[in-house]
Amino acid sequence: MVELALPKNSRIKTGKTWPKPEGATNLRKFQIYRWNPDDGENPRVDTYWVDMDTCGPMVLDGLIKIKNEIDPTLTFRRSCREGICGSCAMNIDGINTLACIYGMDEIKGDVKIYPLPHMPVVKDLIPDLTHFYAQHASIMPWLETKTQRPEKEWRQSIEDRKKLDGLYECVMCASCSTSCPSYWWNGDRYLGPAALLHAYRWIIDSRDEATGERLDDLEDPFKLYRCHTIMNCAKTCPKGLNPAKAIAEIKKMMVERQL
Amino acid sequence: MAYMTDRKRVTGLGAAHSGTHHFWTMTVTSVALLLLTPFFLAIVGPLLGAPHEEVVASLGRPIPALVVAAFLVVGMHHFRLGVTVLIEDYVRGLSRKIWIIAMTIVSYGLAAAGLVALAQIAL
Repeated sequence: MVELALPKNSRIKTGKTWPKPEGATNLRKFQIYRWNPDDGENPRVDTYWVDMDTCGPMVLDGLIKIKNEIDPTLTFRRSCREGICGSCAMNIDGINTLACIYGMDEIKGDVKIYPLPHMPVVKDLIPDLTHFYAQHASIMPWLETKTQRPEKEWRQSIEDRKKLDGLYECVMCASCSTSCPSYWWNGDRYLGPAALLHAYRWIIDSRDEATGERLDDLEDPFKLYRCHTIMNCAKTCPKGLNPAKAIAEIKKMMVERQL
Repeated sequence: MAYMTDRKRVTGLGAAHSGTHHFWTMTVTSVALLLLTPFFLAIVGPLLGAPHEEVVASLGRPIPALVVAAFLVVGMHHFRLGVTVLIEDYVRGLSRKIWIIAMTIVSYGLAAAGLVALAQIAL
């Protein structure tokens, strides 16, 4: 059954307010979710003040500055700092996005940062994406062929290659799946927008020879049909992709092979 | 449960190989209701608050009776399919099955009650 209230041990409390940096005149207030699995305490929201005159423009710059100069225990994932690795996905100002490409100038008021919604938290801003990655692996995200491998490459026309645009760019940051209410309630069985977008990327690939098997594996009231076209996925995608459209295309193909 | 691999948990019982029929039927009944609803409202709307004889005379004609009957059957079928999805979304375990059975009875019960009422008026 859907749960509307957080369990007692997950309710967020007001945390520590860290001191303002001395001599700074251009301050920005950060409110950041903190949770440590080792201390047995409830999650809390800590308040930090960042000197914007010595800080880069992106939210990730602010987080790195806090970790380097104020609180080294603040825990988050980051790697490439240019929106290509998908590591720093988090909920910023109420939107799931990548901290490295989300400018602080886009946020009015305080910078509020939480981990991706409705996922188990490992620590602070780090969600446990184990199930999400296993779902991705389950759609066979690779080229499946039965014909003997050609001597050179598998050939593809320019038109067919264009069909992969808007799909291959996905960096698996999980912003879309964790913004989807259907994934929140039934994420154990519903594959979610990210895995389904990847599934469609291989279904529509002209070189792939497992189209039928791929559709067979997706034809399920929960794996695929939990998508109710809510469109949160398309709205939140930091790469500007449209997983909802990819899912709709899969549904169309499902009908196509029956009628 | 604790020692199940992540892949095993995702695979679960495998794909049910169903759902497309449900999806397509929802689409077909949606289109049907899109056509039926304006006619239904045009027939039943003016009858609200009208004298008994006028209602009996209107629904006694074959075409209005046919539209109202089709609206009841298609509408309730569409309602059952929609509410089943709703239950699958929000309710789990045995309660899910009980709710689906209960709402199926309610849906077809309402359609049947409507048809009986229509027959009594029209005939």
